[in-house]
Amino acid sequence: MVSIRQDVYPDFLPDFRNLGVIARVLVGVNLVALAAAALGAESPARAAERFIQIAGVFEPLLLASVAMLSALSSLLARLPYWIGWSAVMGLVLALALGEHAAFLWLELEPPELWRTVALSMLTTVCLLYYLRLLVKAYSPALAEARLQALQARIRPHFLFNSLNAVLSLIRRDPKRAERALEDLADMFRTLMSDGRRFVRLADEIALLERYAGLEQLRLGERLRIVWELDAAPSDALLPPMVLQPLLENAIYHGVEPSTGTADVLVRIERRGERVLALIENPFVEGQQHRSGNRMALANIRERLALFFDAEARIETRSRGARYSVEIEMPYRTDTRAETRPEAA
Amino acid sequence: MMAGRLKLFLVDDEAPARERLKELLQDIAAEVPTEIVGEARHGLEALERVPDSGTQVLLLDIQMPGMGGLEVARHLAALERPPTVVFVTAHDRHAVEAFELNALDYLLKPVRAERLAAALKKASVGPAAGREQLARAAEGARAYLSIVERNRIVLVPVREIVFLRAEQKYVTLRTREREHLIEEALVSLETEFQDSFVRIHRNCLVARSAIRGFERAVDGEDANWQVVLEGIDERLPISRRQWPAVRGLAAERP
Repeated sequence: MVSIRQDVYPDFLPDFRNLGVIARVLVGVNLVALAAAALGAESPARAAERFIQIAGVFEPLLLASVAMLSALSSLLARLPYWIGWSAVMGLVLALALGEHAAFLWLELEPPELWRTVALSMLTTVCLLYYLRLLVKAYSPALAEARLQALQARIRPHFLFNSLNAVLSLIRRDPKRAERALEDLADMFRTLMSDGRRFVRLADEIALLERYAGLEQLRLGERLRIVWELDAAPSDALLPPMVLQPLLENAIYHGVEPSTGTADVLVRIERRGERVLALIENPFVEGQQHRSGNRMALANIRERLALFFDAEARIETRSRGARYSVEIEMPYRTDTRAETRPEAA
Repeated sequence: MMAGRLKLFLVDDEAPARERLKELLQDIAAEVPTEIVGEARHGLEALERVPDSGTQVLLLDIQMPGMGGLEVARHLAALERPPTVVFVTAHDRHAVEAFELNALDYLLKPVRAERLAAALKKASVGPAAGREQLARAAEGARAYLSIVERNRIVLVPVREIVFLRAEQKYVTLRTREREHLIEEALVSLETEFQDSFVRIHRNCLVARSAIRGFERAVDGEDANWQVVLEGIDERLPISRRQWPAVRGLAAERP
């Protein structure tokens, strides 16, 4: 349980490896430089000229800082916020001094040292402050992610039909009924766990299989699932309950409305530094259940964004008689992610 | 009064759900003696099998592939001696609200033995729900219209209908191949299918997708607009009153 604390949303440094964070830093610094260049210029041409001039000074420093910070990101994340903050400042300062020294060594004419130091420190303070605000703005949303996960999850339709199927087994096949109830219990344990923590892909796949077993129980031969999981990286981390709703959608929209047998494909694989998950089902025209599909998708998209920012995407495609949803997310395995956003 | 065993028909797309109902029926056999005269896995199968089965009470799931329970009940209601329907649903808020509002009997899954017994007792004496009552509870339009021919239900998919024309007591339903007479009111058909049909005359509704174009027919002094249909040579007159609305439709078409 999370104990009651004064500060519900503690500060923590942003993940400097995240593309969203990197993009914000790069764009932010360049905008400031552009503003500075425009401020004293008489014409746009003159402003551009000055921007190029100062770019020669700040771009190397900026890129070096971003590279260093992303390399040290997991180290920085373990420090308490203000110590980490000081470390970032120190790092940027050291790089600024290093750049100055390099300019001298290369016998280029560096700008005055005091100006480089003052401007880089000021920019860093501003950016850290902005990123802290951003993280704060996301924190309540992350707390709510758990609730959202619940809302998106498990249709009552599935719950009551499954309970009904289990009831039908109790007399004829008590062992199977027991297993089904255990599966149901496992599903609900995941459902009620902390939705703000990452889970291992292996656990999410186990959940998928339990869920599929329950659906199989009530749909029998009408449902056939093809699993392609050989290339699935079991240690990859992802937000909880991202794949199960997609499989549930596939069955609800692609299998239940059909009177014959329907194939559902589940393929999860790692491609380089990305994890791809594809769930495909038959598209039953004119037999669609009430909407609700789009809501679940929007919910998953939102939670992927909360966990991975701009690095994850979700796409739906309908090609001929098949409908598919594909998720692409970064391949992450480090434990740092598990402590984010610091719940214990 | 209950004479002998109550003849039951079970409709559910999930086999375990039908098994469960059978177990419960055995449990309550002393209180409500029943006999299962048939089973179906989806709506169309039910419509095929129920008419000749001598069914008195139908236990009918709502969410099923092909055709949902509510539409099944609406087609069965046209039978000379329609069975009494008890709807069964796991979770369908809209349907349950509609049932409450229209005093239709329903059971929630998982079904309890006592509830089942009570529902069957009531159904064995009560009259079957009327077509209007079911229509009010239904959400959205039917996918088929039905004709009862010698205690058999013939279904015509709504998307195959070219036009519906009222003549005296009946409505003529015209597809490209055939013509049927149905006992329904044109006014209620118009409301139900307003998305796919348009009224061109006091007595006629035409499928929007079947309109190929319009033609002006000169008959002595009078000149009237007519609908040219896709796949049928017959021309249908458009009344002066409906012409502005129908012409608007023509403008929408590419």
